[in-house]
Amino acid sequence: MATQHSRSAARLMMAPAVILLLGWMLVPLLMTLYFSFKQYLPMRGDSFERGLEWVGFENYVRFIGSSSFWPSVQATLLIVGGVLVITVILGILLAILLDQPIWGQGIVRILVIAPFFVMPTVSALVWKNMMMDPVNGMLSYVWRFFGATPVSWLSDASVESIILIVSWQWLPFATLILLTAIQSLDSEQLEAAEMDGAPVLSRFFYIVLPHLGRAITIVILIQTIFLLSIFAEIFVTTGGSFGTRTLTYLIFQRVVDSQNIGLGSAGGVYAIILANIVAIFLMRIVGKNLDR
Amino acid sequence: MGRITLDKVTKAFGEVEVIPPLDLTIEDGEFVVFVGPSGCGKSTLLRLIAGLEDVTGGQIRIDGKDATAVPPAKRGLAMVFQSYALYPHMSVRKNIAFPLRMAGLDKAEQDRRVKNAADVLNLTDYLDRRPGQLSGGQRQRVAIGRAIVREPAAFLFDEPLSNLDAALRVGMRLEISELHERLKTTMIYVTHDQVEAMTMADKIVVLRAGHIEQVGSPLELYREPRNLFVAGFIGSPRMNLIDGEEARKRDAATIGVRPEHITPSPDTGTWKGRVGVAEHLGSDTFFHVHIDGRSEPVTVRAGGEVAMHHGDTIYLTPDEERIHRFDGKGLRIA
Repeated sequence: MATQHSRSAARLMMAPAVILLLGWMLVPLLMTLYFSFKQYLPMRGDSFERGLEWVGFENYVRFIGSSSFWPSVQATLLIVGGVLVITVILGILLAILLDQPIWGQGIVRILVIAPFFVMPTVSALVWKNMMMDPVNGMLSYVWRFFGATPVSWLSDASVESIILIVSWQWLPFATLILLTAIQSLDSEQLEAAEMDGAPVLSRFFYIVLPHLGRAITIVILIQTIFLLSIFAEIFVTTGGSFGTRTLTYLIFQRVVDSQNIGLGSAGGVYAIILANIVAIFLMRIVGKNLDR
Repeated sequence: MGRITLDKVTKAFGEVEVIPPLDLTIEDGEFVVFVGPSGCGKSTLLRLIAGLEDVTGGQIRIDGKDATAVPPAKRGLAMVFQSYALYPHMSVRKNIAFPLRMAGLDKAEQDRRVKNAADVLNLTDYLDRRPGQLSGGQRQRVAIGRAIVREPAAFLFDEPLSNLDAALRVGMRLEISELHERLKTTMIYVTHDQVEAMTMADKIVVLRAGHIEQVGSPLELYREPRNLFVAGFIGSPRMNLIDGEEARKRDAATIGVRPEHITPSPDTGTWKGRVGVAEHLGSDTFFHVHIDGRSEPVTVRAGGEVAMHHGDTIYLTPDEERIHRFDGKGLRIA
């Protein structure tokens, strides 16, 4: 890219990709913004051809004023936070375990990664019908074996169940990233700490954990982006009832169940804002951790 | 105190025995250098002493007490690693204080000792930096600082200078030697560089394939190498090893002559040859001389400004007093 000529050639060559990407992101965003200021109820006969009525911020006020808005934000944060805590803590422990030299290491690692390849809908169905079913589920057998009354998971402990299912899906991802980070730790550092008189736990907290800091922030960042939009797991299991209605699910209900596209779009804009607030926080943490 | 005794110590990785039974005594306050080609087991030996590897057999005694099963932290030894092994997320101050913090010393005492170490090693201005912001030599000093604050019975150095450039290496060599003079603590130093071994050691241990080939002061090894391996390993440039007719004349299978014990001359001498490569170092000149009927050139040291060049005829006269004679098994003939 040295000369003026090659620089303009490069711009020309990149233009199609840039335009495609911009269109891909900008068109849906602009349409969402457009709809969010309109009254658009297809079942009542609203349509593009007849022109949509401009309602200003009415959709925004209604969405936020609805009794299900704050609980949905709460449910979203609860599920995202819960999954993050579980996957990061268990991920670190699993990564340390998998880092030990064991027989059949390759197969064990593939087995650990396997849940990540199962589609969300499928894994949620498997959990719902094979594990958590209060009559025929595996867990109900375990409970009965110990003489306890089986828990009807998806209604009595619905949020916890969703967190469990989603954690199961995302644990492999966290484990994988953290495992590669652990493997990059210089073993001489651990030996130096051992010579310096640090027992196993101190070595973990003073050497291993700080070394993993960067990988942990990356896991949190990537998972948060995906977890804010989990949908299939809720749709298949509780259908949004029993306090599992997240922001994403609420928007879905407004658009599809209530057939109110304007209201749903306003919710979408709130979701974008929420995601950006989270992203700003995360980027600041990541930026601090990556600047080393 | 830091007297370390190895008694029939062996080490095997699976079926492979890397250290056959080995006996060695390191006296208190000695600067001992383990030297040998790569893969000779010198680092393994150091790690056995440190406790980072378990011995397969035998006993390690530190100050007379059996330390074979004692964990590394309890042996009272400090180690400086080849990669320095500094903790990247801690400041220099915290790095140096880490062993003290692990030992549960109070804050004031920690600060006092860190300050002392920093003074000794010229690190006072860098205490609040991270290791990543330091140069190689400074990192090396931090690693040494982390070792000295513990006031250990002995220091273990695992090729500490191999990641530094040539000029820094010479400087750090002096600093470590000075540190030893000042602290008078036992130091065990592993290197593959015979120049480091010769310049720093009180006692050199030459290792090959886990065996101790010879133990002695640098000059003992230089004057009386016990076998061909030590003869070839100690001294720079290498000793010329000559077999065949010349060796038979002197009742030996192989004779060895150091480049500095051969007198070159343009017209008279014992051996006649032709100058190959000439290395002019300023103070010295090394000629690689091709002697008729011999495939390997003989290295000769001459004065700095000798006017002989590639292709010139040259006569060499070895100093008969200083010819080393070896028998068919490669052992020295007294």
